[in-house]
Amino acid sequence: MIMNDKTQPSLELKKISQAYGKQRVVKDLSLTLNPGEIGCLLGASGCGKTTVLRTIAGFEPLLAGEIFISGEKVSSAEFSLPPAKRKIGMVFQDYALFPHLSLFDNVAFGLRGHNKVETLRRVNDALDLVGLQSEREKFPHEISGGQQQRVALARALSPQPELLLMDEPFSNLDVALRERLSLEVRDILKHYGITALFVTHNQHEAFAVADRIGVMHTGEILQWDTAHRLYHQPVSAKIAEFVGEGVLLSGVVRENSQVECGLGRLTGIFNQALAVNTAVQILVRPEDVVHDDDSSVKAKVLRRNFRGANILYQLRLESGEHVQALVPSHCDHQPGELIGIQPDVRHLILFPFP
Amino acid sequence: MFSFSLDRTAASLRGCRRFLLHPSGWQHLTLAVALLVLAPLTVLLLSWTEPAWGIWQHLRETLLSQLLINTFILVVGVTTGTLLLGVSLAWLTGACEFPGRTHFSWLLLLPLAMPTYVLAFVFLGLFDYSGPIQIPLRAWFGRDLWIPDIRSASGVVLVMSLALYPYVYLLTRNAFSTQGKRALEAAQSLGCSPTAGFFRVVLPMARPWIAGGATLVLMEALADFGAVSIFNFDTFTTAIYKAWFGFFSLAAAGQLSTLLVSMVFLLIVLEQKLRKRMRFSQSRVTAQAERIILNSAKKWLATSYCSGVLLIAFFLPALQLLRWSLKVFDLEFDNRYGMLLGRSLSLGLTAALFITVVATLLAYAGRRHPDRLTLSLIRISTLGYALPGTVLAVGIFMPLAALDNFLIDFARENFNFALPQLMQGTIIIMLLAYLIRFMAAGYKSIDSAMHRVTSNIDEASRLMGLRGLKLLVKVHLPMLRGGIFTALTLVFVDVMKEMPITLMTRPFGWDTLAVKIYELTSEGEWERAALPALTLLLCGLLPIVLLMRGTEGK
Repeated sequence: MIMNDKTQPSLELKKISQAYGKQRVVKDLSLTLNPGEIGCLLGASGCGKTTVLRTIAGFEPLLAGEIFISGEKVSSAEFSLPPAKRKIGMVFQDYALFPHLSLFDNVAFGLRGHNKVETLRRVNDALDLVGLQSEREKFPHEISGGQQQRVALARALSPQPELLLMDEPFSNLDVALRERLSLEVRDILKHYGITALFVTHNQHEAFAVADRIGVMHTGEILQWDTAHRLYHQPVSAKIAEFVGEGVLLSGVVRENSQVECGLGRLTGIFNQALAVNTAVQILVRPEDVVHDDDSSVKAKVLRRNFRGANILYQLRLESGEHVQALVPSHCDHQPGELIGIQPDVRHLILFPFP
Repeated sequence: MFSFSLDRTAASLRGCRRFLLHPSGWQHLTLAVALLVLAPLTVLLLSWTEPAWGIWQHLRETLLSQLLINTFILVVGVTTGTLLLGVSLAWLTGACEFPGRTHFSWLLLLPLAMPTYVLAFVFLGLFDYSGPIQIPLRAWFGRDLWIPDIRSASGVVLVMSLALYPYVYLLTRNAFSTQGKRALEAAQSLGCSPTAGFFRVVLPMARPWIAGGATLVLMEALADFGAVSIFNFDTFTTAIYKAWFGFFSLAAAGQLSTLLVSMVFLLIVLEQKLRKRMRFSQSRVTAQAERIILNSAKKWLATSYCSGVLLIAFFLPALQLLRWSLKVFDLEFDNRYGMLLGRSLSLGLTAALFITVVATLLAYAGRRHPDRLTLSLIRISTLGYALPGTVLAVGIFMPLAALDNFLIDFARENFNFALPQLMQGTIIIMLLAYLIRFMAAGYKSIDSAMHRVTSNIDEASRLMGLRGLKLLVKVHLPMLRGGIFTALTLVFVDVMKEMPITLMTRPFGWDTLAVKIYELTSEGEWERAALPALTLLLCGLLPIVLLMRGTEGK
C-alpha cells in the first residue's frame, strides 16, 4: 500500500527531551496530530508545555528525540531546521503584532514571494476570515485586545502553514471574550481544516477548542485523549483530580462489582479489573451525588456556591471526608444543615492506592 | 467618546479665556519665561534689519562654502557614526545576553561624562607627533610610517561619534529591551531569517527611538563649539564666535546665528513628531522580555566589541587625563586653580538653584492651570535646550547691550548722570542664558515627579486636614524631593561643562574651568588643560549615577 501525503500525520513528536541547564523540562514526550486535528497541551505553568511548543517552532534546541512536520524531520538532537523554513504559523501569548505596521501589513508580512494580486487576495481572505476587513488600515494600538488576537491569527494563517501553533492564545482576554473567541477560533480552524496545537492552563478553553488534549505534568504527558475520555475515563488519580471538579474518596473493593466507601456501597462497572479487598480511591464528581431527603446517607453542608440553575454544595460525610454535590437550586440548604444524599454512578473510576 | 472630547475642548477653551481675561500669578510667570526664550530668537531675526554686507561679502568669498561643507560633513558623519555605534551596542546590551552584559549596559553610558571638547583635545594629544601613540609606532615601524592625521574632518567625526553615541544608545536600548526577542521570533515564524527579521522588524520597530536619539545627536553636533574649535574645524558656531570677537560685528554674528537656528528648528519639529510616534508605537510591555543568548564565538565577540568601544571612548582618554594631571599637578594645583574651581562651582550652584526654582514654579503652574495656552507657554519655555550656546549668547547679549546703552544714553541726556553698564559684563546675562538653555533638563525632572502628585493625593491629604503650606511641606515637597535633586544635579553639571555661553558672556576675568580649557587648548597646552578637564569629568559622572539608579529602579 502506498502511503500518501494526506495520511501522514501533520505533527509527530518522538520521545523528545528538553533541558535548561541541568534541569530536564521535557521528558520523552511523544504525540501525534493528524491533518485537520486540533491538539492541546494542558497543564499548570512550569509544566513544560510552552517549551514543547517553542521546540516545535524551532526556537529551542532539542536534547533528544525527533520532531516531524508533515513527514519531514525538522528537529533532532543534531539537527534543527530554522524556524523560517518549518512552514508553521504561530500565535504568541502577547500576539507580538508589529506596532509599526498597519493590520494589512501585519497580515501581509509573511507573504513574500507572491505577486501583488496574490498577496492582496490572501490578505483580504485572512482579514475576512477574522472579520476585520474594515479595520485594515488601522494600527495594532488602535484596536481592542480581542481584535489584536484575531489579527495575530490572521497573520499566522495567511501564509497557509502546515501547522498552527498557539501559545496561551486567549489568556490576555477577559472571561466573556475568551469564551466567545475560543469557539470562533475553533470554527475557523475546523472550517479550513487547519492542523493546530495550542497550550493553555485553562481546562474550559482546552475542552472548548481541542479534539485531543494532553495533560502535562513535570515535562510529561500523563494522558493524550479526547476531552470526554479525560473527564470520564482518566487513567490516573492525578488526571482525575486535575480535570474537572471532583474528589477522591478512599474505599475497598467488594464482591459483585461493588465498592465500599463513605457514600455507602456503590455498584457499577469498574474502569479496571481489581481484586477483592484492594484499597482504592474512587472518583466522585459533583453530578454523581444526588440530593435525596429520604436517603439514609446524611452529609453536613459546609459551604454553598449558588450558580443559578444549580447550587454546588461542599459536604462533609459521616466518615469525615468531603464531597461536592451539584443540586438543582430550588433545593436550598444553609451551611450547617444535614441533608440526605444518594450516589448516582454507573461507571466507577477506581485507582488502587499506590 | 466624542462628547467627552468636546467637553474637554470646551473646558480648555474656558481655561484659555480665563488666562486671557484674568491671568493668575502662575500664568504671568509662564508667559514671562516663554517670552524670555523667544526674545533671543526675535532679536536674531531683527538683526537682519541691518545686514552686515561687508562681512557677508568677506564670508562668501572665504568661509561660507567651507562652513557649509564642514557642517554637512559633521552632520552626515556624526549621524552615521553614532547610529552605527549606538544601535549595535543597544542591540547587544538591550536584547542579547553575553558575558558582562549587565555591566556594559551602564558602563557604555560613561562617555556622557566626558565633554566633547575634552575628548577632542585628549585625542589630539594622544595622536600627536610626539604623543604616546605615534612614538612607539614609529619606533616599531620606522620613521616613514604613514599615520592618518587626526586633525582632520574624519578626526572630528570620530571624536564626536565616540562622545555622542550614548544618546542613540540610551534611547534605542530601551526600545530593544522592551521588544526582547519576541518580535524577532514572530518574524521568524512568518518565514524571515534572523538577519532579515532584524532589518524588517527589529529596526523599524525601534525607528522612532533611534531617530529620536539621532536628532539629539544632531542638535549637539550643530551646537558644538569646543570640539570643533580645538580641531580648527570651522562650523557655524566658531564662525559666530569669530564674527563677534574677531570682526567685532554682533550683527554678523546674529545673522549667522539665524542660519544655524533654522537648521536646529527643523530638527526640533522632527523630534517633536517622533516623540508623538514613540508614544503611539509603544508596544505592550511584557514585564521582562526574554533575551537572545549568544553562544560560542559570538558572545566573546560581543564582549570584546563593547570593551573596545569603552576603552577608546572613555577609559584610555580618562587614563591619559590622569597621567597628564599627575605630571603637571605640582605646577597647576595652586591658588589660581582653586579660584577657577570655586568660580565654576559657585556659578554652577547658583544657576542650578535659580533654574530649579523657576522650573518648580513652572511645573506648579502647569498643574494648577492645565489649559492649552499655559501648557504651550511651558513647552516654549523648555525649548531653549535646542538653541546652540553661541547663538544664545549672541541673542541674549544683543538686546541687553542695547537696553544698557539706551539706559546710559537716557541717563546722560536727561540727568547728566554717567550710569554704569547694568547688564553687560554682569553675571545676570549668564544666568538668563543658562536659564533658557538648561530649563528643559530641570523642568523635565521636576515635572515627572509632579505627575506622581495626583489630585487624589491632594484630596486624600485634605480629608486628613492638611492644606496650604502644611500640604506643601508634608506631602508635596517630600514627593518632589527626588525630582528636585535630579534637576539640581543635572543643571549643575551642565553649567559646569558649558563652554560657549560662559566664554562669550562672562564678566571680564570671570574664567571657569571650561573657559580655561578653551584658552589652554587653543594654545595646544594639552597637559595643562588636563587637570580642569579631569575635574569636569568627575562632575560629569554624577548624572550618570542618577541615570543608572533611575533605570535600575524600574
